[in-house]
Amino acid sequence: MYNARSILSGLGVFLVLITFPFWYNVGKSAAAPEPKLDTPAIQQLSRKQCVGSTPYMRANHMQLLEEWRTLAVREGKRVYEAADGKKYEISLEKTCLKCHGNKAQFCDQCHNSLSVKPDCWNCHVAPEGR
Amino acid sequence: MGIGFSLLLIMALLLAVFFGAGVLGWHLLFGVVIPYAAATIFLFGIIYRVVKWGRAPIPFRIPTTCGQQKSLPWIKPSRIDNPSSAAGVIGRLALEVLLFRSLFRNTKAELRDGPRLAYHWEKWLWLGGLLFHWSFLTIFLRHLRFFTEPVPSFVSFIEGVDGFLRVGVQALYITDILILVAVTYLFWRRVVIPQVRYISLPADYFPLFLILSLAFSGVLMRYFFRVDVSAVKELTMGLVTFHPRIPEGIGVIFYIHLFFVSVLFVYFPYSKMMHLAGIFLSPTRNLANNSRACRHINPWNYPVKVHTYEEYEEEFRGKMREAGIPLEKECG
Ligand code: HEC
Ligand code: HEC
Ligand code: HEC
Repeated sequence: MYNARSILSGLGVFLVLITFPFWYNVGKSAAAPEPKLDTPAIQQLSRKQCVGSTPYMRANHMQLLEEWRTLAVREGKRVYEAADGKKYEISLEKTCLKCHGNKAQFCDQCHNSLSVKPDCWNCHVAPEGR
Repeated sequence: MGIGFSLLLIMALLLAVFFGAGVLGWHLLFGVVIPYAAATIFLFGIIYRVVKWGRAPIPFRIPTTCGQQKSLPWIKPSRIDNPSSAAGVIGRLALEVLLFRSLFRNTKAELRDGPRLAYHWEKWLWLGGLLFHWSFLTIFLRHLRFFTEPVPSFVSFIEGVDGFLRVGVQALYITDILILVAVTYLFWRRVVIPQVRYISLPADYFPLFLILSLAFSGVLMRYFFRVDVSAVKELTMGLVTFHPRIPEGIGVIFYIHLFFVSVLFVYFPYSKMMHLAGIFLSPTRNLANNSRACRHINPWNYPVKVHTYEEYEEEFRGKMREAGIPLEKECG
């Protein structure tokens, strides 16, 4: 091989960089985030059920929130009828965060793990503590 | 011809993963086995290609030069366009890699009435290429949020800058739009410019379509057919920590996206995309133009049998002395 020193060191740098995820996570458990559901509001529920089915909520809660916001702010509708016929007051703070009052152990668990930073809490009030 | 063939290939790949992961539910194959195989082929393929290139001898210096060569002290040399030192070479390569400087010089020749040959500025290829490559890099780095725990701050920073626009309540990534526009342009120019179309092969169309499908499936997944992103991270973290697992309930669109990335990784070392490494190994780019100052020995040179003058004189000393021919060494 010609110019072996420069070529091999360039190749080495590339390999170290491209395998970053493999060595960065060595020795870390990398468990999936576990949003906590043990709030008083949820414990009082007879049927532990969110506004939508759990798979739907996990994948689409941001789109539901957008829908809610449009309904409330643009169309002045404050009541949302869920697929199962249950009625919810449209409110981020008074509905979602009444059941999920533990924002830090619930919403933030997933969001931190994926480095998602919803800017809602610049204006909306998150429940204190707990 | 090339377009049809490449489209057909993409369609076949799409059908394969849609059937395999969507209908038959082979999630382990498409979520673990193929990605690992693809990463392995990618790494070893790149090493193989680079080492193979490294074994090719360079018989003489062939740097392309676009400026005054270094010569007499009172003639101003062009240090970057005609580098005579390693620093100049590094500077030129860096500008080339980061800003596509040689593409910026692109001109278009046209025969006008007269007949008159006219050259004019053609910066669109440079712009499209630059936007595409930088968007790709940004998107690539942004995806590290799926492969790291905790997510490093530089990844969050890139995400924050790239995603400062909003669509609804979500971040709208600027690079998502740029890459789709740029790749579409790069494809479009291959089709509408007759000369470019003439030289375009399936090997040119296929990577474009592959990257377009990859970006398009990602955009669809992020903004339209949402998947459970937390579960996706569970899968990707399983891959990089070598504890593969397949969480329930990830939509088929994710497997389509992952399969296109895997195909890209497999195809990479064997395709024109190896210019990733090739740019650094191009003798026209990585050599200093110093052949007048330093001797460059052709590695092909085989040992030539020579008969030096000293040996010659040694052999014919007696005869030369008799004939009165002057000798370098009088006695021997
Ligand atoms: C009536 C109480 C209630 C309300 C109101 C409510 N949730 Fe839930 N939510 C729950 C329960 C109970 C679960 C767990 C369901 C299960 O275990 O399958 C849940 C699950 C979820 C999950 C999935 C978490 C996981 O474990 O994977 C998300 C995301 C979520 N909720 C978001 C929201 C958002 C956003 C809102 C407001 C639009 C909201 N929830 C409103 C009770 C509620
Ligand atoms: C199961 C994990 C999980 C839980 C619990 C959860 N989220 Fe999310 N949320 C996500 C993920 C993942 C994303 C980002 C998806 C993406 O990047 O495409 C997200 C995105 C969002 C977004 C859009 C922000 C953006 O920039 O994309 C909003 C708003 C949001 N979540 C609100 C909430 C609220 C409010 C709660 C608590 C009531 C909550 N989420 C609970 C996982 C979760
Ligand atoms: C610039 C400040 C601001 C930000 C940021 C903001 N909102 Fe709001 N939001 C408002 C205001 C003001 C209202 C109207 C309140 C009303 O009419 O009751 C509102 C209303 C809403 C409503 C319906 C009514 C209610 O009380 O909840 C929803 C749902 C909502 N926002 C969701 C979100 C989500 C999700 C985010 C984060 C992605 C967000 N908002 C970010 C200011 C903001």
